[in-house]
Amino acid sequence: MILVFAEQNNGIFKKATFEAIHYASKIAQSVGTNVCAVVLGEAANLSLLGNYGAQKVIHIADARLNNLEAKAYSKAISTIATQENAQYIIFSNNNTSKAVAPRVAARIKAGIVVGATSLPNAEGVVKKAVFAGKAFAFVKINSAVKVISLTPNSFGVETTEASAEVVSQSIDFAANDFAVKVESVNKVTGIVPLGEAELVVSGGRGLKGPENWGILENLASELGATLACSRPVADSHWRPHHEHVGQTGGTIRPNLYIAVGISGAIQHLAGVNSSKTIVVINKDAEAPFFKAADYGVLGDAFEIVPRLTEAFKKYKESHA
Amino acid sequence: MKILVCITKAPDTTTKVAFSDNDTKLNEAGIQWIINPYDEWYSLVRALELKEAGIASAVHMITVGKADAEPVIRKALALGGDEAVRIDADSNDSFYVATQIANYAKTNGYDLVLTGKESIDYHNASTGAMVAELLDMPYITHATKLDIAGGIATINREIEGGEETNSCALPLVVSCQKGMAEARIPNMRGIMAARTKPLNVVAASADESLTSIISYEMPVQKQGVKMIDENNMDELVKLLHEEAKVI
Repeated sequence: MILVFAEQNNGIFKKATFEAIHYASKIAQSVGTNVCAVVLGEAANLSLLGNYGAQKVIHIADARLNNLEAKAYSKAISTIATQENAQYIIFSNNNTSKAVAPRVAARIKAGIVVGATSLPNAEGVVKKAVFAGKAFAFVKINSAVKVISLTPNSFGVETTEASAEVVSQSIDFAANDFAVKVESVNKVTGIVPLGEAELVVSGGRGLKGPENWGILENLASELGATLACSRPVADSHWRPHHEHVGQTGGTIRPNLYIAVGISGAIQHLAGVNSSKTIVVINKDAEAPFFKAADYGVLGDAFEIVPRLTEAFKKYKESHA
Repeated sequence: MKILVCITKAPDTTTKVAFSDNDTKLNEAGIQWIINPYDEWYSLVRALELKEAGIASAVHMITVGKADAEPVIRKALALGGDEAVRIDADSNDSFYVATQIANYAKTNGYDLVLTGKESIDYHNASTGAMVAELLDMPYITHATKLDIAGGIATINREIEGGEETNSCALPLVVSCQKGMAEARIPNMRGIMAARTKPLNVVAASADESLTSIISYEMPVQKQGVKMIDENNMDELVKLLHEEAKVI
């Protein structure tokens, strides 16, 4: 069996979760087995996970699992993995899986690769980005059970009409499995989180001040893109910290990264250089970012960005 | 309250990465090793602040590495802290490293174990979670704020798509990131003091590595930037659609 953790939030699954299920189904095909998705916490309509390649869904509808509790999540997932004889346990690499997947791996003594960008080969070797995207490593998992955390947006999603069989189960938790008390939650809704955004529009010091972000917001909304920023921008509190990408901020891998007024320091590139296509808009021809870009536009961002927004609008209308 | 801070060395961000032995080994010639920034700026400095505030009684540091890790751990001692231990082993496998740390922590008894959110070389972000599992402790990741009062930790953490405030009784393992503390620079007094602080070397316990790196590969080089006229954004949009196929 290939087990996949299908993370949900208030019954909603993210695209990256579907991608992980699809990835699991590809492994299942190559080793000749099925996919079982584990859902933790209250949720409905789980047979739909069959659309993405799961044959079976094990649902642990314990309300205490509605919020992330690494210890309880790990216990639940490893219990199911053992019960279902899982050969692989698949996660989507994000803040949740970073708290849970290595714990599951240690619990059942399975080797883990975090941030995989390829399917495992027959020997259990997986590719992943290392040194802030400056290289890839091929990592062999030596244990019988293998844990893989997949980099979002590296594999894609395919859907079918199939539906999955849903089985409810309960786990015998101990009181100290829920030691962490959630005092408050503040979730940003309606925006694709940066870690899994396909399109990102990012601004730097070249925009001169927070009052000038309107042009980027317009571009992002025209494109359906998520906003990001460079470190100086976050440090000056022009933009919230969760938008900061780069070495000390988030690492992203969108299909399209549009950098406006960002010079491209190596620490910034460390967070974005795995983007499939990079567009750099800068008035300084010497900006190092141009060397890492696929497309460059030299000139004044305050004029170019509105023109680009207009061009996208025209493109959308003609392709509607 | 005793704190154990996990430290790893990592190549400086500006280092050019190269490989040897048919791309199976990292070529260490010319690499400038630094304290993994998340370990230093956030977890170590916050531990020092907790000690300065009289909340922590001791700050110890641990690293799993060979003798070449010592300059980095001395630098960490120059920032502060009471003593350090180096587990004499070399491994890229998170489970192996976590087992070494957990064994040491078990014997020496800590109320709080801090790690950085991930290392900037292999990005496994796994050691803290595994140490927590091996010590059977709760684990809170991506902490941006950590306060402790009366044996209870109050923590802000980044979760998927937002932020949470948590509370949890010690003992506890926490991974730290930006927001937790401000970076410090060691001063001369710290550097002098670090020379005489205890740095104990402990033999590694026999444990398995559950993963091994087979080889490395450099990414495909970008073809070079294509410059687009600033007055022709339609051309850029066309290229993004037809050539890059990203819209």
